[in-house]
Amino acid sequence: MSQLICDDVSLGYEGRAVTEHLTFQVNAGDYLCVVGENGAGKSTLIRALLGLKAPMSGTITTGDGLKHNEIGYLPQQTVVQRDFPASVKEIVQSGCLNKVGMNPFYGREARVVAQRQIERMGISHLQNRCYRELSGGQQQRVLLARALCATGKMLLLDEPVAGLDPKVTREMYELIAKLNKEDGITVIMVSHDIAAAVKYATHILHISHVPLFFGTKEDYLKTEIGRAFTDAAGGDEE
Amino acid sequence: MTNLFATLGNYFQYPFVKNALIVGVLIALCSSLLGVTLVLKRLSFIGDGLSHVAFGAMSVASVVGLTQQMLLIMPVTVIAAVGLLMGGKNRKIKGDASLAMLSVGALGLGYLIVNKFSKSGNISGDVCTTLFGSTSILTLSKFDVWLCIVMSVIVIAVFVLLYNRIFAVTFDETFTTATGVKASAYNLIIAVVTAVIIVLAMKLVGSLLISALVIFPALSAMRVFKSFKSVVVCSAVVSVLCSVVGILASIVWSTPVGSTIVAIDIVVFLVFTFIGFLKGNNSLGIQTKNNSRERKTNQ
Ligand SMILES: Nc1ncnc2c1ncn2[C@@H]1O[C@H](COP(=O)(O)OP(=O)(O)OP(=O)(O)O)[C@@H](O)[C@H]1O
Ligand SMILES: [Mg+2]
Repeated sequence: MSQLICDDVSLGYEGRAVTEHLTFQVNAGDYLCVVGENGAGKSTLIRALLGLKAPMSGTITTGDGLKHNEIGYLPQQTVVQRDFPASVKEIVQSGCLNKVGMNPFYGREARVVAQRQIERMGISHLQNRCYRELSGGQQQRVLLARALCATGKMLLLDEPVAGLDPKVTREMYELIAKLNKEDGITVIMVSHDIAAAVKYATHILHISHVPLFFGTKEDYLKTEIGRAFTDAAGGDEE
Repeated sequence: MTNLFATLGNYFQYPFVKNALIVGVLIALCSSLLGVTLVLKRLSFIGDGLSHVAFGAMSVASVVGLTQQMLLIMPVTVIAAVGLLMGGKNRKIKGDASLAMLSVGALGLGYLIVNKFSKSGNISGDVCTTLFGSTSILTLSKFDVWLCIVMSVIVIAVFVLLYNRIFAVTFDETFTTATGVKASAYNLIIAVVTAVIIVLAMKLVGSLLISALVIFPALSAMRVFKSFKSVVVCSAVVSVLCSVVGILASIVWSTPVGSTIVAIDIVVFLVFTFIGFLKGNNSLGIQTKNNSRERKTNQ
């Protein structure tokens, strides 16, 4: 059974559809890349999958033991105010909130989980630093650690590498690929980096106002649209 | 100097001074705890708006002739806070505009009512007292003191118990909601608690100066400290100390209580800004070095 099933989902704002008739499934261990031009509705789709936005029609269901609050999330942009005082540790721990239930404080268990994610992301040496003083790449690692505290099953990443330099971008991709392969975490990632999508993903969802393609990466490369899109991006890739 | 302490010692024998200190410390503590969240949520103006609503309610209460004005002021302000927060999502008038409307409207109507129906001869004096809280903290009744103690205990307990959730909701509401935590419920609680604190604080510094009590300690702490916990603790300490010093100073030199506290808050803010400036300059050099080392170890 699939972890996430979208059945004929249409999304939009104030009665105006942005993207329509999306039908796809995500199974445990999949690495799905969502591609499409600016304004195609990728972030909107992510918000709908998280339950932050109701679809205009169609249904989104979770299955295979995945509960709705067990989805970790890395936003496209976290608009943190420039003067927000928060240490790395405080932010990562806040990802454990959905585990502590009614308990007003983080128990030992939650602290251990948070510590483990901090080590996993290689940011132990930063844990007492102030978040806003970190570099973009370091900040993304902190937010990824927080997302991992919230879930062991599925991660939704909305352009996790936007604004990062090529080297840090590659590190980030490797990190995500490792989480997917070694820890079996299902990954759904929005990306404009088609080369990376083709390299790491198992499945591709290409959306526009209508869904253009959903299927495995291999099939995608055989389609007209897939080739056109990868060729266009491929020019400056090698 | 000994003279000064002798004078203070004398004053401590009066129960009204003790009452003023108890209430002052509690209100300073409560407002600074929430102040950090309010400033970070860019809700500094909710303090201003709600205090005007409370002023409006107070003028109605005084015209009607209620002896326990709090019993009218408190529910009205809480309802206004909840209305502002819950309606904020899908209404046509934006949050800041409706807040401004409420704030100005309540202030205007409140003054109109007092002006038209008040039996007291000294209207502008009354209004001035309400707005600036000149001496009301020195004339507290037993009921006021106990009400304040009970409310403060509730507010502090709520803050401590919800501390982690308040942090999460303040830092990133979207993520918090996405992972199944009821962010809007906590926003509601924050709104109610804020309303309670503002009504209490009106007694101390008057409605116009409440924003200062909420904002200054938080901003001062944020100049120097960089984690949420240290900022909350520091602003609580700063706020309590400023209020105690302010109350004592205003008794000794017979200055208005509210304005004195705010003046001291401003001085502390300037000092903290200076400290932050020194610290920032200092650590900037070290941090750039650290950063380059970190980048290397990340490879
Ligand atoms: N809050 C909103 N209210 C109304 N329309 C919106 C809102 N947010 C987004 N839209 C519209 O929905 C469409 C899809 O937006 P979305 O953010 O999902 O695009 P995207 O695919 O993530 O683009 P990008 O690649 O730039 O991130 C856009 O046309 C946008 O104008
Ligand atoms: Mg987007």
